[in-house]
Amino acid sequence: MDELQGQRRDELWELTLDQARAGLERRAFSSVELTQSCLERIQQVEDRVKSFVTVTGEIALEQAAKADRARAAGAAGPLTGIPMQLKDLICTRDIRTTCSSRMLENYVPVYSATVAEKLFDQGAVLLGKGNMDEFAMGSSCENSAFFPTHNPWDLQRVPGGSSGGAAAAVAAGEAVFALGSDTGGSIRQPASLCGVVGLKPTYGLVSRYGLIAFASSLDQIGPVGKDVTDCALVLNAIAGYDAKDSTSLPEGLPDFTRGLTGKLDGLRLGLPEEYFVAGMQPGVREATLKAVETLEGLGAAVEPVSLPTTEYALACYYIIAPSECSANLARYDGVKFGYSYQDTPDMWEAMESTRQYGFGPEVKRRIMLGTYALSSGYYDAYYRQAQQVRTLIRQDFARVFEKVDALVTPTSPVVAFPLGEKTADPVQMYLIDVCTLPINIAGLPALSVPCGFAEGLPVGMQLIGPHLSEERLLSIAYAYEQATEWHKAKPKL
Amino acid sequence: MQYETVIGLEVHVQLQTRSKMFCGCPADYQNAPANSRVCPVCLGLPGALPVINRKAVEYTIMTGLALGCRIPGYSKFDRKNYPYPDLMKGYQVSQYDLPLAEEGALEIDLDGAAKSVGVMRVHLEEDAAKLQHFPEAAGDAYSLVDVNRAGVPLMEVVSAPDLRSPEEARAYLVTLHSIMQYLGVSSANMQDGNFRCDANVSLRPAGSAEFGTRTEVKNMNSFRAVYLALNYEVERQQRILEDGGRIVQETRGWVEERGVTVSQRSKEHAHDYRYFPEPDLPPLAVAAGWVEEIRRRLPELADRRKARFIEEYGLPRYDADLLTGTRAMADYFEAALALRPPAGPDTKTFAKNVSNWMLGDLSRLMNLENRDITEVRVTPAHLVELLALIDAGTLSGTIAKTVLEEAFTSGAEPAKIVREKGYSQINDSSVVEAAVAQALADNPQAVADYVKGKETAARFLVGQVMKLTRGQAKPELALELVQAGLVAIRDAEGTP
Repeated sequence: MDELQGQRRDELWELTLDQARAGLERRAFSSVELTQSCLERIQQVEDRVKSFVTVTGEIALEQAAKADRARAAGAAGPLTGIPMQLKDLICTRDIRTTCSSRMLENYVPVYSATVAEKLFDQGAVLLGKGNMDEFAMGSSCENSAFFPTHNPWDLQRVPGGSSGGAAAAVAAGEAVFALGSDTGGSIRQPASLCGVVGLKPTYGLVSRYGLIAFASSLDQIGPVGKDVTDCALVLNAIAGYDAKDSTSLPEGLPDFTRGLTGKLDGLRLGLPEEYFVAGMQPGVREATLKAVETLEGLGAAVEPVSLPTTEYALACYYIIAPSECSANLARYDGVKFGYSYQDTPDMWEAMESTRQYGFGPEVKRRIMLGTYALSSGYYDAYYRQAQQVRTLIRQDFARVFEKVDALVTPTSPVVAFPLGEKTADPVQMYLIDVCTLPINIAGLPALSVPCGFAEGLPVGMQLIGPHLSEERLLSIAYAYEQATEWHKAKPKL
Repeated sequence: MQYETVIGLEVHVQLQTRSKMFCGCPADYQNAPANSRVCPVCLGLPGALPVINRKAVEYTIMTGLALGCRIPGYSKFDRKNYPYPDLMKGYQVSQYDLPLAEEGALEIDLDGAAKSVGVMRVHLEEDAAKLQHFPEAAGDAYSLVDVNRAGVPLMEVVSAPDLRSPEEARAYLVTLHSIMQYLGVSSANMQDGNFRCDANVSLRPAGSAEFGTRTEVKNMNSFRAVYLALNYEVERQQRILEDGGRIVQETRGWVEERGVTVSQRSKEHAHDYRYFPEPDLPPLAVAAGWVEEIRRRLPELADRRKARFIEEYGLPRYDADLLTGTRAMADYFEAALALRPPAGPDTKTFAKNVSNWMLGDLSRLMNLENRDITEVRVTPAHLVELLALIDAGTLSGTIAKTVLEEAFTSGAEPAKIVREKGYSQINDSSVVEAAVAQALADNPQAVADYVKGKETAARFLVGQVMKLTRGQAKPELALELVQAGLVAIRDAEGTP
């Protein structure tokens, strides 16, 4: 018996959330054991993966012990005792929350984000805070002010971004699941590049209260998990109306695991031609089209569709997101919290120097882009125009969703690329998000699920649905997952 | 050349809601210890989000309705971007192109002549924190930030450039101020900074349709300051124009001690506020039904109430004017009227009585103690009780004044004061008769004067009787008995 438990314990970090939940329920192991296993895994691989900005080992073990007590008292839910990582822009009370920025390197929030409170209330265990591109601006995690995160499938490559820490941690088995945030693809693209599942919910489904804002009208928190079931379980735990977030949706919630039946009969899928862009790696295209065939085999009817405004999405995004960010990041002036340049008696110089030294180059680039776009004389040409295009993009999707139930596209046009390859050319970096940006602009839900390999690296398929169609998207992804083995492939570390 | 003055006013009114504009912190920051009325939202901490205070929106709509504005069905909040240490988020949540109320007017009274002044818009925003500057004298200069005020709801009322003199500007402000108080949306205290005014001032040749270059005058903390600052600014601009100079478009601050406006910053380097829609707040759909419901709840404003006081209670214009000076005063008056005893005098007589006491002795006591009607411990019920005691003959007018003074100080009921202090009018003629006999005996000279035909001597003797009875003798009775006594003496001595 002891031997058996010992054997099991070595592998606990490999379990999916659903498996871990089942094990905890039948008392095969405790949350403390599961948490210890994850912490050992972190010790084993973290110096190579670098997915955590902060590891909160002590807190994790305390929370795990508390979860075990709750379970013993009969008060346990699906997430009780499950170790997780939270992206380091989700505020955690008394725990440093940095946004991977010098500006907030020593910032300790006085309150927790609504999602963090929900997860803590349900007994989830915090292993630590996930690395990211500074203030969520980037697609490779290389814009972290501290260190880049490495892709567990190839340590010389990026994990994607901005939620690179979340995807890498889940892929490497450091955390059972993670929360990321997605402003233009920041959950889905790293999930794709790391071979895990990532879901960006409908704008407003998950509270943004306590999510340090990049672009308020686009940001959305979502789960990164080892498989589709895990993402559904986490979404159950974090979704729902929050009176503290005026943009959160008041609708009632389904049980997101309800659609996990494996059936796709009568499903109509659209294949938008515009998403198979020039410059897409052939292996990515092949893997995606192969996945489409699998879905057809499962009973889905697939038809080509067109979203003609897709080509304007990138430009639209790079007006709206920087504009909002230019205001959202104005509060970092060194007066109230965070990094503060002290070496001058002059107030304005102190504020300017704080921002000069506290922000990295990509953040400053976007603040300048946004400031310019909103400036008097340019507003109509840029911001207003972008808002009008935004409406057109929304209408495009609405039209397509009259004909089909969901869209299938590649998540990223490329697989994980070598560290340093695109850092010199921001536009090349921006282009990586071409398949994911339009979804944020329209406020729609989308997820990325592993659908094969190209050049030995994971490829993700993106499923996009209409407003509040998470249940449907999870159902499709689950059916696909059941029919394939991709999600079972693990990186060798 | 003859110049015409053109003035437009922007008035910021702090709304007296229970909580702040976008969070649950109490909005009564005035007497709270520094930085004690704060939370992640009004501190602008990363990740915090605003939630609209419905009451503040309601107050703004109510103000718009009182000013005859149109209330559009669709409104929104915008971010106004500018960096300053008193602005916690680096932007102010305000309203740019779709205010809650627009296109109204305010009627002002200029020595009996009415003038309608356009109100362009009424919008809602959040107040900034308060900076305290500590000068270099004690070492390095530094400033402290008190965030209590940050996020307090602030309503901005923008007039059209319809005002043609500092007098008109003052009349507009006084009227607007009264409306704020009547609506109960703000304490509107200028000294405390919850009713603040900025003015745009320009001159143009009389008859010209085009506006001249304007300056914006700030830092005026009283009606008087507004009047003096505008007078100064009009004269300053006139001098420059008459000397062939050019007005610089700029912001000028009023320096109270020196009685001048000084340049603060040139508009040529003005901020570009980069307004854009606040993405953290969905647009506001203002339901017509809600607006109608607010309209039904609009209180009667000063002008209407004054007219009604004259009409309904037969009050002189002078009384009605003073009684409707503040809503609290008028409310007090009508609260007292509502308590008129059924057996008492008719409404108009009673109203005039209440008015006399309010504007007379009560106001005198208030002025002495520098209190306003809301701080007075004599309730309308107390005042009515006092009047009833006079009517019943229990108190003379003289003693009633004393009782009011005591009630003013102690807050006790007049009847209780009368009982405890033994104040009451002596109706018992035997007691008064004794006093009269004594007064006649003590003052033979006065009696002799009367007998000689000097009838005023009787009044002196009544005074003596009042003195002997410590003011409690019923004056009519004292007079009657004194006269009877004197006549008896005169008759006894034989008519000359």
